[in-house]
Amino acid sequence: MTKKLIIVGAGMASGRVIEHLVETNKDAYDITLFNGEPRGNYNRIMLSPVLSGDKAFEEIVTHDDAWYAENGVTCRFGEYITKIDRKRKVVVGQNGEVAYDKLLIATGSAPFIIPVPGKDLPGVIAYRDLEDTNAMIDASAKPGAKAVVIGGGLLGLEAAAGLKARGMDVTVIHLMGHLMERQLDEAAGYLLRRALEDKGIEIKCQASTSAILGEDKVEGVLLADKTVIPADLVVMAVGIRPETRVAVDAGLAVERGITVSDEMQTSDPDILAVGECVEHCSQLFGLVAPLYDQAKVVAKTLLDESASFEPKEVATKLKVTGCDLFSAGDFSEGEGREDIVFRDPARGVYKRLVLEGNLLVGAVMYGDTADGNWFFGLIKDKTDISEMRETLIFGPAYQGGDSLDPMAAVAALPLDAEICGCNGVCKGQIVEAIQDGATDLGAIRANTKASASCGTCTGLVEQVLATTLGDDFVMPAAQSVCGCTDLTHEDVRRLIKSQELKSQAAVWQELGWSTPNGCHVCRPALNYYLLSDWPLEYQDDPQSRFVNERKHANIQKDGTYSVVPRMWGGMTTPDELRAIADAADKYNVPTVHVTGGQRIDLLGVKGEDLPSMWADLNKAGMVSGHAYSKGLRTVKTCVGKDHCRFGTQDSTGLGIKLEKHLWGSWAPHKLKLAVSGCPRNCAEATCKDIGVVCVDSGFEISVAGAAGMEVKQTELLCKVETEEEAIEIISAFTQAYRENGKYLDRVFKWVAKVGLDWCKETIVDDLDNRKALAERFEISQSVYRDDPWAKLASKEEAPKFNPLANLTLEAAE
Amino acid sequence: MSWLDIGSLDDIPVLGARIVKTAVGCVAVFRTAEDEVFATSDRCPHKGGPLSEGIVHGKSVTCPLHNWVFSLETGEAQGADEGQISTFAIKVETGRLLLDGEALQARTAA
Ligand code: SRM
Ligand SMILES: Cc1cc2nc3c(=O)[nH]c(=O)nc-3n(C[C@H](O)[C@H](O)[C@H](O)COP(=O)(O)OP(=O)(O)OC[C@H]3O[C@@H](n4cnc5c(N)ncnc54)[C@H](O)[C@@H]3O)c2cc1C
Ligand code: SF4
Ligand code: FES
Repeated sequence: MTKKLIIVGAGMASGRVIEHLVETNKDAYDITLFNGEPRGNYNRIMLSPVLSGDKAFEEIVTHDDAWYAENGVTCRFGEYITKIDRKRKVVVGQNGEVAYDKLLIATGSAPFIIPVPGKDLPGVIAYRDLEDTNAMIDASAKPGAKAVVIGGGLLGLEAAAGLKARGMDVTVIHLMGHLMERQLDEAAGYLLRRALEDKGIEIKCQASTSAILGEDKVEGVLLADKTVIPADLVVMAVGIRPETRVAVDAGLAVERGITVSDEMQTSDPDILAVGECVEHCSQLFGLVAPLYDQAKVVAKTLLDESASFEPKEVATKLKVTGCDLFSAGDFSEGEGREDIVFRDPARGVYKRLVLEGNLLVGAVMYGDTADGNWFFGLIKDKTDISEMRETLIFGPAYQGGDSLDPMAAVAALPLDAEICGCNGVCKGQIVEAIQDGATDLGAIRANTKASASCGTCTGLVEQVLATTLGDDFVMPAAQSVCGCTDLTHEDVRRLIKSQELKSQAAVWQELGWSTPNGCHVCRPALNYYLLSDWPLEYQDDPQSRFVNERKHANIQKDGTYSVVPRMWGGMTTPDELRAIADAADKYNVPTVHVTGGQRIDLLGVKGEDLPSMWADLNKAGMVSGHAYSKGLRTVKTCVGKDHCRFGTQDSTGLGIKLEKHLWGSWAPHKLKLAVSGCPRNCAEATCKDIGVVCVDSGFEISVAGAAGMEVKQTELLCKVETEEEAIEIISAFTQAYRENGKYLDRVFKWVAKVGLDWCKETIVDDLDNRKALAERFEISQSVYRDDPWAKLASKEEAPKFNPLANLTLEAAE
Repeated sequence: MSWLDIGSLDDIPVLGARIVKTAVGCVAVFRTAEDEVFATSDRCPHKGGPLSEGIVHGKSVTCPLHNWVFSLETGEAQGADEGQISTFAIKVETGRLLLDGEALQARTAA
C-alpha cells in the first residue's frame, strides 16, 4: 500500500521536496499538502519585484493547480494545521483530521513584531506573503501617502525600494549604526545608504521605535528621541522567527527552531522538518540556498536513501535596482584574520576581503560585484590563496592590476566642487586655466586666485594640476595625515566641505582610505573635522577620541584621573571652595593643586568615582573645566577696575562673559584666553591664543601667542571700543580657526600658515564674513555649550565607568 | 575550558572596551567594528597604561599613554616597539560574552 505523506506548509522548501520525490518515485507516497496561505507554492523571494511593479504575481508562481493535479498531490490550501496527534498519527486541520505515515513540517517562519504600543493598529503590517505585498500596493495608491519601514535589513530595504517605486514617501528606521549590519560593514553600509537616499528614501540609523501612533488606524511612528514621523503605512521588517507552534504543541524537541538531525528528522523518527522552521546544529536559516540542500536530503530520507545535510556558506545580494552589493562568508568573530581593502571613490566601489591564514573566509563588496561569485567560490571551496594574495582583491581578471591611486579622491571630484574656500574657486575653473596653458601653482594663483589667500588649499590645487597634466607635473611631497591615506590634513578638510562628507564612513570611502576604520592618528582628527563642519548633522564619536576627551578627565600616569571644575574667569566663591573641599575629602583625593589656569585641580581620582564626584560638583553649580579638551580651556583674568588702581575696564567681567560664550566648543587644539585690565598685563594676555588688553579707549585684541614648548608674544589683530564687538570678533576668530585649522595646530601655528593679514581682512574688515562666522559659531554652540559631566553622571551613563564584571571571587575558587 | 558569562556584547561600545576584574588583574575586553571581541591584559608593558582606554582600530588598540600599538589577536606590540600582552580566549554566544575562566587560573599558577 502507498504510504501517506502529509506536508504542513506549501513554501519554497517543501516545494522542492515534492519535486524531488515525484521525480524519483511518483508512487512512493500519497501526498497531502496543507497550506495556511490560500494558494500553493510561489517564489517568495520574488515578492519584491511584484511590489515594485516589475513582475505580476502570476509570473512568480512555481507550482500551479495543474502541476499538483498532474503529480497527484492532494491540496488543502487556506487551511492551517492546528494540532499533530503523534500517538494516533493524525494531523488536525481546520476542516478535519487526516492520518499520516510520515509527516513533514515546513511551516517557514513568522515575522517578528516588536512589542510596542500601537503594533496592532490597522496599517501596521509585516512583509512575508502576497497579502502583505498587496496591502502595500493598495496603500501606495493614495496620492502623497507616507510609509515608514522599521528595519534596515534585506527585507526592509526591498520593501522601502518597492514602496518608493510606487511613489510613496518612504522613511526607513534602523536601530543599528548602519544598514544591513549583519551582511555589510560600515563602509559598504554607507554606500548603500547613499544610493537609497539618492532614490529619495529617507534613512534614520540608530533610531529606535517607542510606539506606533494612531486612533483607529496608524498615523505615525514615535521614536525614542521623541521625533514623530507621520505614516499611513508601517512595515515591520525587523526579523523573523521560526514558526514552530505546531511542533512545540506536539512535544517535539524545539530550541529556537525545530531540532533536526543531519537526515532532517525531528525527535520523532516519523516526522521530518525542512526550511526556515528548523534548527540544525544550533544554526537557523533565512535564505533559500541551504533550504534547497535540505530539501534534497528530506526527499532521500523519505525514500530510505542515505543522505545528510551539511550547511554551506551563503551569499547575500539585495534585489534593489542600482544597489549592487554582495556579501558572503564570515567577517565577524574569530582570531587570526587579516583584511584587504580596495576603494575606488570615483566609481563608488568598495571591496573588502577577510583572510584567515591562506584562506578567504569573507567578502563584502559594493558598487562592483562582478567578482562576487568568484570570491564566493574561493570561500566555499576553501581554496589556498597564498599564491595570489597580492593581487587577490583585483579579482580573476587581474593580472597587472592597478594599485591604489593616491590621487583618486581628487580625480573623482566633480567640476563644481569648491577647491579654494577663500576665493570660491571650483575644480572646473582650475582645470580650465590649465587647459588654457597654466602649468604651475603660480600661474593658477595668478589666473584664478585659487590658493592665493590663506593657502590651505595649495595641496589640492597641486593635485588638480597633477591629475590634469599627468606626468608633466611633479607633485611636491606633502605630509599625509597618517598611513591610512595620502592626503594631507588641509586636503581632507577641504574635501569634507566641498563634497559634503558627513560621516567617517563617507570620508573613508570617498577619499579612499586604505584601512577599514582608520587608526588612532586619523580618527580623532576626522571626528573633529566632521563635528566642526557639520555640528547639527554629525554625531560626535567618543570611540574616536583620546581617553581624556572620552572620559572628560585627564588620565594620570598611574591610570587615575584628575578633575578640574570650571571657575569662570578665575573667580570662585566660598561655597564652591567648600564643595571642592568636600569632594576632595569624600573621594580621598591625594593631591589638590592650584593650576596655572586660575583654578583648582583634584588629582588622583579613581575612574569608578568620576560620575558620583561630578554629580556632587554639579549639585554645587559647577561644571567641567574641559582641562582635557582640544577646545576652550580657561579665560584668565585679573581683578580689573573694580579693585585695581590701574584698571581701565571690567576685565574680570569680560573674561567671564567670554568663557560663558566659548565654553564647551571644540577646536583643532586647546584654546586659552586671558583678559588683562591694563597694559601691565597681570593676566598674561600677551602669550595666549587670544588675549585682550583693556585700555582707556577700549580693548586691544591680539592673537597667536604661545607659552608652552615655544614662547611667543601675541600679535595685534585689532582694537575695538565695546565689549560686544570684542566678543563678536573673538567668536569669529575662534570659528575661523575651528573651520580651517589643522588638527593639533595651536592658534599660533595656524596663523603662521594663513597669515595675520588674511585674518585681519576676513575677520576684522569683512563685516559680513565676521557676522557669518560668529553665527556659525553660535549654531555649533547650540549643540556643544553643554556640561559633559552632567550627561556622564546620569543613571544611564554612570554604570559604564564600572568594570563589566568582577571575577576576583570566581578565579580564586 | 570553563566559560564564564561576563556580560552582554551590547555593554561594550563598538570600537571600544570595558574591563573585567580578575584575580590576575584587570582584563580588557575589546569590541571591533565587525563585532569581534578580544580579551587581553589591560596593562601596557611599557609603563602600565590602561589599554581598555585606548583607541581601537581594525584589530589593534593604541595605548592611551604613549601610543604603543598592540595586535588584539596576538598581543604583540606593532611597529618598532617590542612588547607582548597576554590574550585570553573569549567568545560571543547569543549576544553574551563568555570568557575562558580556566585560562585566567592557568596564568595565576604559571
Ligand atoms: C594642571 C596644569 C598644571 C598646573 O597644575 O598648573 C597643566 C597640566 C597639564 N598640561 Fe599644561 N597645564 C596647565 C597649564 C598650562 C599652561 C599655563 C596656562 O594655561 O596659562 C601652559 C602654557 C600655555 C600654553 O598652553 O601655551 C601649558 C602648557 C602645556 C603644553 C604645551 C602646549 C604647547 O602648545 O606648547 C602641554 C602639552 C600639549 O598640550 O600637548 C600641556 C599638557 C598638560 C597635561 C594635560 C599633560 C597631559 O597631556 O597629560 C597636564 C595634565 C595634568 C592633569 O592631569 O591634570 N600643557 N599648560 C595647568 C592646568 C591649567 C588649567 O587650569 O586648565
Ligand atoms: C520579500 C522576501 C524577499 C526574500 N528575498 C530573498 C532572497 O533574495 N534570497 C533568499 O535566499 N531568500 C529570500 N527570502 C527568504 C525566503 O523567501 C525564505 O527563506 C523561504 O521562503 C523559506 O522557505 P520555507 O519553505 O521554509 O517557508 P515559506 O516559504 O515561508 O513557507 C511556509 C508556508 O507554511 C505555511 N504555514 C505555516 N504554518 C502553517 C500551519 N500551521 N499550517 C499550514 N500551513 C502553514 C505558511 O502559510 C507558508 O505558506 C525572502 C523572503 C521574503 C519574504
Ligand atoms: S609641565 Fe609637564 S609635567 Fe608639569 S603638568 Fe605640564 S605636562 Fe605635566
Ligand atoms: S604605557 Fe602604554 S605606551 Fe607607554
